[in-house]
Amino acid sequence: MKIENKQNGQNITFNTRISEDKNAPSADAMSIRMESRSLSVIYGQVCGVKDVSLPIYDKRVTAFIGPSGCGKTTFLRALNRMHDLAPNVKIKGEVLLNNEDIYGSGVDPVIIRRKIGMVFQKPTPFPAMSIYDNVIAGLKLVGLRKRSMLDRVAEQSLRHAALWEEVKDRLKNPGGSLSGGQQQRLSIARALAVEPDVLLMDEPTSSLDPQSTTRIEELIAQLKEKVTIVIVTHNMQQAARVSDFTAFMYLGAIIEFGRTEKIFTGPKEKQTEEYITGRFG
Amino acid sequence: MKAFFALNTIAVLAPLIIIIAYVVVQGIGAISIDLFTQELGSPSRALTGRPTGLMHTIIGTFVVDAIALIIAVPFGLGAGIMLSEYPDHKLNPLMRVMNDTLNGMPAVLKGLLAWALVVKPMGSFSGFSGGVALAFVMLPILARSTESALMNIPWSIREAGLAIGLPRWRVVMSVIIPASKRGLITGLLIALARAVGEAAPLLFTAFGNNYMSSSLKGWIFGPVDTLPQRLYSLAISPYEQWHKLGWAAGIILFAFVILSFIIARVVVREKKFI
Repeated sequence: MKIENKQNGQNITFNTRISEDKNAPSADAMSIRMESRSLSVIYGQVCGVKDVSLPIYDKRVTAFIGPSGCGKTTFLRALNRMHDLAPNVKIKGEVLLNNEDIYGSGVDPVIIRRKIGMVFQKPTPFPAMSIYDNVIAGLKLVGLRKRSMLDRVAEQSLRHAALWEEVKDRLKNPGGSLSGGQQQRLSIARALAVEPDVLLMDEPTSSLDPQSTTRIEELIAQLKEKVTIVIVTHNMQQAARVSDFTAFMYLGAIIEFGRTEKIFTGPKEKQTEEYITGRFG
Repeated sequence: MKAFFALNTIAVLAPLIIIIAYVVVQGIGAISIDLFTQELGSPSRALTGRPTGLMHTIIGTFVVDAIALIIAVPFGLGAGIMLSEYPDHKLNPLMRVMNDTLNGMPAVLKGLLAWALVVKPMGSFSGFSGGVALAFVMLPILARSTESALMNIPWSIREAGLAIGLPRWRVVMSVIIPASKRGLITGLLIALARAVGEAAPLLFTAFGNNYMSSSLKGWIFGPVDTLPQRLYSLAISPYEQWHKLGWAAGIILFAFVILSFIIARVVVREKKFI
């Protein structure tokens, strides 16, 4: 995708990704796509996230787990500047994307969010838009009008979101006419259409039935070949199933971070163990 | 309990039905082709049985309300968008108070204001000044209805728009506004219905006119007749025949208001895309 090139004065280009693809990283040679450094999120007087430093590995799935109110979602939303809208939220520290601070001076949050997409707890199809228009909204509404290109992106994104076969004959139907699970995959397709580097998922299956949840989890496994995924989940089994890395958060801090199998089979911290064995949280 | 509610319902509906019935009974006799094809002219026309009607009043009502819409819609939409989309803006509390004050302000004062702002400097009663006065009536209703129409769209939709790299204003224009189209149109029609029925703001702005204007310029910059103000003038006239015409004006006015509400309902009911 070349949409950013004109507007992008921040040297954040896609070169990194291309070179990595060529070198075909082995399982162990992982590169860091994103990184938070001493990140704190302060709501008025309350500190929602405390001094969190965390790497997010390229083309891996990183899961945040922890009890309700531990700051998982707050942290996730800080990763694509979603807190910008709230006037009383203060961010301290850095969030690096491709080694550039997304909170740096002169960085346009709009461009950041095109590189770091987000899928929400509830499906968010745009009302009054067809399935097709929903998928290409991120391109069409910034001025891309080339029909052949939009058609191609729409099909490709819907295929990547495992929704194409179900909707290909009714692309003109309203997005709201789909089932909840389909709407969530539509939201994922729409996020993928702008070719983000990173996809943030905020409890993407918590409003879905078990079958739809399974579809989304399978989808995550496929998607990580293309995009780096960060997922917040209440469901520990889900974290264990879909993620490569897991961060356990408690009271706004990261208690433990590591490979998912490590966290779930032999956590170092007592709190982590207590949480994953269901003794608190 | 049920009987109590039924009684209440009747108490609410009864005045409406009585008014409609009374106006129709009184005015139906004056409804004729002439009413829609003739101008009023001098009282002697009606007294001597020559054709007379309210064509110029109906046209004038359209002209004045169209002017009012043209003026009020951009400001009303703008204020509503501001209130709903930028809820933390520091001007919003002030704007909300001013909007509510304007809404509660007696309509006759809005007429006075338009008189001072437009009639006095321009030196003439005019359709335009009437439009300005009615715009003051529409503005607060539009701002509030726009705000509530936009607020009906969940906040997460806006965040989803931002998350695919759309600027905030683009989310508002291309996602939120199209999604709340029905609510916006409903609000517009309610504001229109309210303004169509206002007589007081027009008494010393559009002023009234017994004749058709000869040019578009005359309709906009000269005195213009409008239904509620004409109804008032006919009602206080000493002529029996004009009183009948006044009731007919009442029927037409009712038809206008009811029509806008019916359109509003139809628009709301249209389920497409939601």
